[in-house]
Amino acid sequence: MSKIKTDIQVALACVKDGDTIMVGGFGLIGAPLTLIDGLTKKDVKDLTIISNNLGESGKGLGILLNQSKIKKGIGSYFTSNRDVGDKYQKGEIELQLLPQGTLAESMRAGGAGIGGYYTKTGVGTQLAESKEEREINGVKYIFEPALTANVAIIRAHKADTLGNLVYYKTAQNFNPVMATAADIVIVEVDEIVQPSELSPEEIVTPHLYVDYIVEAQQVLTRKGVVQN
Amino acid sequence: MNVLDKKAIQHMIAARTAKELTGPCTVNLGIGIPTLVAEYIHDDKVFLHTENGLLGVTDVEEEDIDPNLVNAGKLPVGEAIGASYFNSANSFAMIRGGHIDVAILGVLQVDQTGVIANWAVPGKNIMGVGGAMDLLVGAKKVILAMTHTNKDGSSKILKECTYPITSTRSVDMIITELAVFKVVDQSLRLIELMPGVTIEEVRAKTEADFIAD
Repeated sequence: MSKIKTDIQVALACVKDGDTIMVGGFGLIGAPLTLIDGLTKKDVKDLTIISNNLGESGKGLGILLNQSKIKKGIGSYFTSNRDVGDKYQKGEIELQLLPQGTLAESMRAGGAGIGGYYTKTGVGTQLAESKEEREINGVKYIFEPALTANVAIIRAHKADTLGNLVYYKTAQNFNPVMATAADIVIVEVDEIVQPSELSPEEIVTPHLYVDYIVEAQQVLTRKGVVQN
Repeated sequence: MNVLDKKAIQHMIAARTAKELTGPCTVNLGIGIPTLVAEYIHDDKVFLHTENGLLGVTDVEEEDIDPNLVNAGKLPVGEAIGASYFNSANSFAMIRGGHIDVAILGVLQVDQTGVIANWAVPGKNIMGVGGAMDLLVGAKKVILAMTHTNKDGSSKILKECTYPITSTRSVDMIITELAVFKVVDQSLRLIELMPGVTIEEVRAKTEADFIAD
């Protein structure tokens, strides 16, 4: 069965109320803007979103936020969207703030079948409150549980028809690690090519991680987000 | 202080900070004044790392700006010869694993033991931490590039931080428009006055205790 879907809603059919969804991107850079747009048009609620940011005000995940479809955000830098603070103030969203390295490493662990790990990052700070502390070889560490999700929506540069992925410059960011940590992985790409067209050495995400592929219809350009 | 003065001060701090960097070394630049440090690095063996996934950051001409090539402050950057891209988990493994030689950071407050606060302000919603805590625990050396005082003239170099701390680790050096301090055995040592600055002025604008040789 082909992984390629031409209808965005067909690709997103697996997303249910209450799901935990990883969303790639560093702000709008490397964010799956077409799939996020698809979520804004889908009747779904109570989502937990794991993403570095919740988009920008009225852009990317910011639209989903304003539709009140997000119950909880797990990320490292919500400051980039002022609407998150307003929602939080009104008690309309739950937030879990993690250091950016912990966010990334927790997903890496989740994708590798590791239940959690100890890190020095955050020791002795407010973000370590109520976290288990342990001394290893005289150094203090805190325990961080792994992160996994029902679905990951990610952005890559090219996919071959098998689902092998290559990325573009700093649009890579969280996408490859999210591809490993969710039950179902949906990717949007600039171009779909034949398997022989990607060299095995350049593939960052091997096809076994990828379930569905769509072509990007919304892309980030110098003029902002435009319809492709 | 007018706008031009503010910019000139930021550049003065950045230029002085750049003198601390001699290659070969890998350096991570934070947001604000630290980002300006790049303009004053003329050593091609100083490699700039940005935590969103690039080792080999360089500047970019207006016509070459690529919206998908940015630094951690989401500002457009260029790709140096010998650059590499990697995912966020690998990027932070470089930081947390002790592979970055120097981190240059801005702060809200630093105390007299070199402990900093740069991610949260009490009474406001705590909305972002980014990579600050990772850089503090992981970078071999941490240098602060910061203005000496707040807009209201109050000292940012305090006896004790009143904002939530970023890490229990002390930074190694503090560079402001007035002076350069080294942190030695958890105390501040004044090692240099900026041109035209007197020690009396530094004392008047510094709440923290420091040692002047």
